[in-house]
Amino acid sequence: MAGSRNKGNPGLMGWIDDRFPATAMWEDHLSKYYAPKNFNFWYFFGSLALLVLVNQILTGIWLTMSFNPSAEGAFASVEYIMRDVEYGWLLRYMHSTGASAFFVVVYLHMFRGLMYGSYKAPRELIWIFGMAIYLALMAEAFMGYLLPWGQMSYWGAQVIISLFTAIPVIGADLAQWVRGDFLISGITLNRFFALHVIALPIVLLALVVLHIIALHEVGSNNPDGNDIKKYKDENGIPLDGIPFHPYYTLKDIVGVAVFLFVFCAIIFYAPAMGGYFLEPPNFEPANALKTPAHIAPVWYFTPFYAMLRAINFSLFGLDAKFLGVIVMGAAIAILFVLPWLDKSPVRSMRYKGMISKLFLVAFAISFVILGVLGALPSTPGRTLLAQVTTAIYFLYFILMPWYTKFESTKPVPERVTG
Amino acid sequence: MKKQLIALILALIPFTALAAGGGNVHLDKMEPDLYDKASLQRGAQLFVNYCMGCHSAQFQRFARTAEDLGIPQDVIEQNLIFSSSLKYNDQMRIAMEKEDAAVWFGAAPPDLSLEARLRGTDWIYTYLRGFYVDESRPWGVNNTVFPDVGMPNVLASLQGVQEKVCDPNTHNAEVDPLTGKQVGDSCLKITKEGSMSKVEFDRAMYDLTNFLAYVGEPSKLQSNAMAPWVLAFIVLLGILAYLLKKEYWRDIH
Repeated sequence: MAGSRNKGNPGLMGWIDDRFPATAMWEDHLSKYYAPKNFNFWYFFGSLALLVLVNQILTGIWLTMSFNPSAEGAFASVEYIMRDVEYGWLLRYMHSTGASAFFVVVYLHMFRGLMYGSYKAPRELIWIFGMAIYLALMAEAFMGYLLPWGQMSYWGAQVIISLFTAIPVIGADLAQWVRGDFLISGITLNRFFALHVIALPIVLLALVVLHIIALHEVGSNNPDGNDIKKYKDENGIPLDGIPFHPYYTLKDIVGVAVFLFVFCAIIFYAPAMGGYFLEPPNFEPANALKTPAHIAPVWYFTPFYAMLRAINFSLFGLDAKFLGVIVMGAAIAILFVLPWLDKSPVRSMRYKGMISKLFLVAFAISFVILGVLGALPSTPGRTLLAQVTTAIYFLYFILMPWYTKFESTKPVPERVTG
Repeated sequence: MKKQLIALILALIPFTALAAGGGNVHLDKMEPDLYDKASLQRGAQLFVNYCMGCHSAQFQRFARTAEDLGIPQDVIEQNLIFSSSLKYNDQMRIAMEKEDAAVWFGAAPPDLSLEARLRGTDWIYTYLRGFYVDESRPWGVNNTVFPDVGMPNVLASLQGVQEKVCDPNTHNAEVDPLTGKQVGDSCLKITKEGSMSKVEFDRAMYDLTNFLAYVGEPSKLQSNAMAPWVLAFIVLLGILAYLLKKEYWRDIH
């Protein structure tokens, strides 16, 4: 029990420990948190996500000092930051590149979870907190993207908020309530600013804490998907476990260096990333009277945008737009119930059968194709492809209870391997 | 089925062209060079003389331009700041009111601070050289990349009079497979010489476009200067972290 440990010690640390479980927390979460020793490449992205979160919060605080959240001043204040604020360009590029980096590492982190069955019992809550983080992150990114008040900021928000109007009966009023106006205006910008810099960061931080507390309660999964707590030494320490600190803290610093190299190369040499991280139309101030020729969301939303556009037919008396919104929502909602869809006796893809492997590969490829399609103007051929890949995306989940149950699996080793 | 599959794959190919802005307009290539200070200075001179009558660069300050381009303050004040109401530290603003301009030209001339980031430098370079005689237009000129543009050809005194003999957007000009540059005849012909030859004018428009590339992102100079140090530091950190990790992990099997 954390409360009764490390009591009555001499010195300053002892004084603190008698009043606050500092040493106990340090031990529980770092120096005596035993993680499996066989973490591979895929296990870097959790700590990297934390790093990017800190980057976003710190650069965000400094950007807030010079940003003007009004329709009249937002665009100019971003250029003021870019040109007149000392190292303002660096803060802004760290923040804008950080947004994309956040999704890169989070997508890889989620894929790791899918691959090694990290969502399966007893880690269902870790997965659900993680999905809630993903949802909050999408809201955070969406609202942040309006703030520079460029053409794509404006029209991207216009397209997404207008999706609410597809909801029968209350849709139009709901969209107006979200905007706070009859169209996107300075009022929308102001409330998005408030949500982006206060409300959602608080939600995100709280969810990250919950995610990590839940993880440390049950312990980390590993690429083999077996339980390291099954074999312990005489002191109750898992034979295949190593203390997170110093082993994984040091290992993660190596990952951080590799990540920072790529991250900084983009910040310094290609912050717009060929138009994918910063879109060219966003260098023109928002104009409610001028619609850009081609509106596409930022790359991390494009898979879901492609699904929305793939539904170009009405069904069960629901019109295509509303159906598209439902599909888009379902694509995210279905992730929450994943732990109960997987009926496999094993966790890791290493020991699952061929069908599971094929489905995961098809799912990943479909997601990438959808991402590409969402950034492109649609054509009949592309819409067909988007429909096929949307179907594969959902089949991966919907058929999971059957293919995981009936396929033959390989025996899981008792102890972790390489 | 096979046909559909090929169609699906082909449907993905234009993805790479999209980010650049797409469109079916033929653009001449130009590669900005932010280290060619002489080119940037000539471009700045052209900008204040020919563009700043109507277009501002309101996010950029004269002083910043002077510092980055290595132009002394007195030279800037005497030769590049024409308005008595503007000072060395001011932004590159213009006197013309947006409302008036919209009446005179049909649309207010846009601010050009970020034009290079919005349209790309190839677009600007081609646009500036793309005016041709079209009597049906109010100013007697039209443009190959911006059809029915409201802007007159303010550079005509330098360029001369240019006529369009074919459509550069559909004309299959012979292209050098190695350089990608157009060889042979262009669709635009100078029918009356200006004060510059074609080569001189192209060079001048390169300078002007180069200046706009600089104005679009002046921080690029700082960013390029800092980058190698930052990356070198990260490599060093990475090597040390790796060695430390290896040392600690020595007894983990």
